[in-house]
Amino acid sequence: MQMPDPDALVLSRKAEIVARLQAVLPEGSVIHEDAETRAYECDALTAYRCPPMAAVLPTSTDEVAAVLRICHEMDVPVVPRGSGTSLAGGALPTADCVIVGVARLNDVLETDYDNRFIRVQSGRTNLSVTGAVEEDGFFYAPDPSSQLACAIAGNIAMNSGGAHCLKYGVTTNNLLGVTMVMMDGSVIEIGGPYLDAGGYDLLGVICGSEGQLGIVTEAVLKILPKPEGARPILMGFDENEVAGACVSDIIKAGVLPVAIEFMDRPCIQATEAFAGAGYPDVEALLIVEVEGSDAEIDSQLAKIAQIARRHNPVELRESKSAEESAKIWAGRKAAFGAMGQINDYMCLDGTIPVSELPRVLRRISQMSGEYGLDVANVFHAGDGNMHPLILFDANKDGDLEKCEALGADILRLCVEVGGCLTGEHGVGVEKRDLMGDQYTDADMEAQLRVKDVFDPKWLLNSAKVFPLHITAHRRAA
Amino acid sequence: MLIPTTEAELSQAVRDAGAVRVIGGGTRGYADRTAANEILSTRGLSGISLYEPGALTLVAASGTPLNDIEAALEAEGQMLAFEPMDHRALLGTDGAPTIGGVAAANISGPRRIQAGAARDAMLGVRFVDGRGDIIKNGGRVMKNVTGYDLVKLMAGSFGTLGVMSEVSLKVLPKPEAAAVCLIEGLSDEAAVRAMAAALGSPYDVTGAAHLRTGLDGAPVTMIRVEGFADMVAYRSGKLREMLSAFGDVAAELDPERIKAGWGYVRDVVGFADQPGDVWRVSVKPSDGPKVVEAVAPLDAVYDWGGGLVWMRVANGADVHAAVRGFTGHATRVRGGASFSPHADGIAALSRGLKAQFDPMGKLNPGVMI
Repeated sequence: MQMPDPDALVLSRKAEIVARLQAVLPEGSVIHEDAETRAYECDALTAYRCPPMAAVLPTSTDEVAAVLRICHEMDVPVVPRGSGTSLAGGALPTADCVIVGVARLNDVLETDYDNRFIRVQSGRTNLSVTGAVEEDGFFYAPDPSSQLACAIAGNIAMNSGGAHCLKYGVTTNNLLGVTMVMMDGSVIEIGGPYLDAGGYDLLGVICGSEGQLGIVTEAVLKILPKPEGARPILMGFDENEVAGACVSDIIKAGVLPVAIEFMDRPCIQATEAFAGAGYPDVEALLIVEVEGSDAEIDSQLAKIAQIARRHNPVELRESKSAEESAKIWAGRKAAFGAMGQINDYMCLDGTIPVSELPRVLRRISQMSGEYGLDVANVFHAGDGNMHPLILFDANKDGDLEKCEALGADILRLCVEVGGCLTGEHGVGVEKRDLMGDQYTDADMEAQLRVKDVFDPKWLLNSAKVFPLHITAHRRAA
Repeated sequence: MLIPTTEAELSQAVRDAGAVRVIGGGTRGYADRTAANEILSTRGLSGISLYEPGALTLVAASGTPLNDIEAALEAEGQMLAFEPMDHRALLGTDGAPTIGGVAAANISGPRRIQAGAARDAMLGVRFVDGRGDIIKNGGRVMKNVTGYDLVKLMAGSFGTLGVMSEVSLKVLPKPEAAAVCLIEGLSDEAAVRAMAAALGSPYDVTGAAHLRTGLDGAPVTMIRVEGFADMVAYRSGKLREMLSAFGDVAAELDPERIKAGWGYVRDVVGFADQPGDVWRVSVKPSDGPKVVEAVAPLDAVYDWGGGLVWMRVANGADVHAAVRGFTGHATRVRGGASFSPHADGIAALSRGLKAQFDPMGKLNPGVMI
């Protein structure tokens, strides 16, 4: 993976840059010693590392603005960082950059139940947003699996999803407003605690822009009343195709579950060995969760079971209690950990039209054979967001490269059948060089023009998302 | 009038043309803000190219009449969940609303509070920008974070950044049943409090509106739940119990009357044959009644739990000035479309985007910028 050469002029001015940053920030907010900057050398895509020139941890919007103003003036590249949980390398530094971390911006600023919103600083973790309102019966819907650690700033940058998107949507559908610092240090407010801000939908553009348009310091988020309860049903099938058809029938029948999770045999076996959730020995397993009162849940699960029976399930296990629910979810929740126990793995994130599920699973299995690397599949079946896990051995020469090549082929397959490269993790550096498989140069040019407007000097996280050769002349200008 | 029948023709038309007035069905009146005379209509770009009910996905050319799309969905028991408004009665326009027009104006109705806006249902677009370049963004899958989300940028851009040639949409199953809790005679403030209570409950309310002048002349507050019959019965029962604190609660269960009632709210039918300008204001729901007090309109309809306020005012009344103290925005919908001015930073970004996507100012000049 290629990154741009660091800017020698910027590196030569490090002492001056650090001194200017220290002058506008509280003591201890500027990290610049080699031993310390290493803490910021990577995010959750650990295969790639590069310590930044410096990292700063501002404590207010004004401080973020002051930092960006300095970097803008001195032409210093900036990489924004939430909690560093990106699986796509969204927060991977360059050697000449200043990391702007929002970890110290974590206050709740306003909670309003009558109008159903919360205003938070963007470094606050996803789960602690819900934590701030759950005693009063509310929650924040997007729930990426890293929700314990990941920051709202990163959720906005990557337009994060989660397991419950089928009903509640992703970040962009739950974001009402932001306070954002532009690269030149100016501060703008977009949207607020009301629906559909006037003018161009800048909020929609910022969400998912991977920290390339500005740094969000505050967010107004939609909060929802908690459902009375939720319970899953587990279903096992002999064939992936049949499980796929069952998903489609459930959706068509008008039941809108909050989650439909799919695991294939390799994944079931690994998680059974690890978590012992008591999953049946089947080719494909579905976990479907619905919400409501007890009676409502019973009635929806009965409808789902009835549909499933038409597909001759090997196993049908309806949860009747919180305990049984926990047991059904135990394996799914342990899936990634289980894979990590037996192997190194790479987690993909392509999305496909639900109707293409059987064909895609067949092709993945063929490719896995051709490459000689096992692939386990676990994914959000209701919305077609797949997470194929490619197992490899990082200590074996050439295995990582082989794994990356297989991953790229699988993602190209997702695009070929009408899907996309990434459903919720973002492009980052990981999928940057595959963008040309999904978009034409004209398609990408339109996106680059948006960045031209927000960040004319191309200083913000500029080595990400788009292939370097596409952005070269803009970054050099 | 330019009526391209393919995307390639659309691209050529934009390249060859000067300033154009971009329209779909021309029923919503926003393009009237431009001084451009030559019309570029999308009506020649028509047809549903893909509909997969099992994947909740529909792809159609931008000029496809909304009627055709709703008929195709109806046949499979599905719907556009965002419940797009029909402007024809209110504005006295005719013609056939198109899906591209719905997308370009980000038109949503009462269910917006629960199911999201048109922009939330838009999965992908193809469009021709002001240079004549053909651009696609997004796709036909529900989760897609590949590159910037220009789908949202196109939604609500009123044809000023590009002319859409195709839209792909997430659709949803039509609910099997619906029920509406009705409370008569509430003040605006009490109605907004009642709606907030309902929307803050776990009963998944899909519509919350308050008419100052209901069909029989008295104020009426309407709270809707939808879904499977047994769930609707349970939830409407719970809501009636809860809302009895605000007044006598009646329940409407007749599907035809429910449809008519929400159509009345959605299309602001009550203002149709009445005099005056019509404004649409989006604010924090609890600010709704305060906005109405500040404007003192001839009549008002609250949707979205109070967050969307429709006001009928004397011709020429300046609602922008009256709502300046509130967070939100106002649009004059009848009496000459007019949008709230933006703060400096936002205005600069908007001008920048317009200059990038339509450098020669060909597309609906003056409509937004």
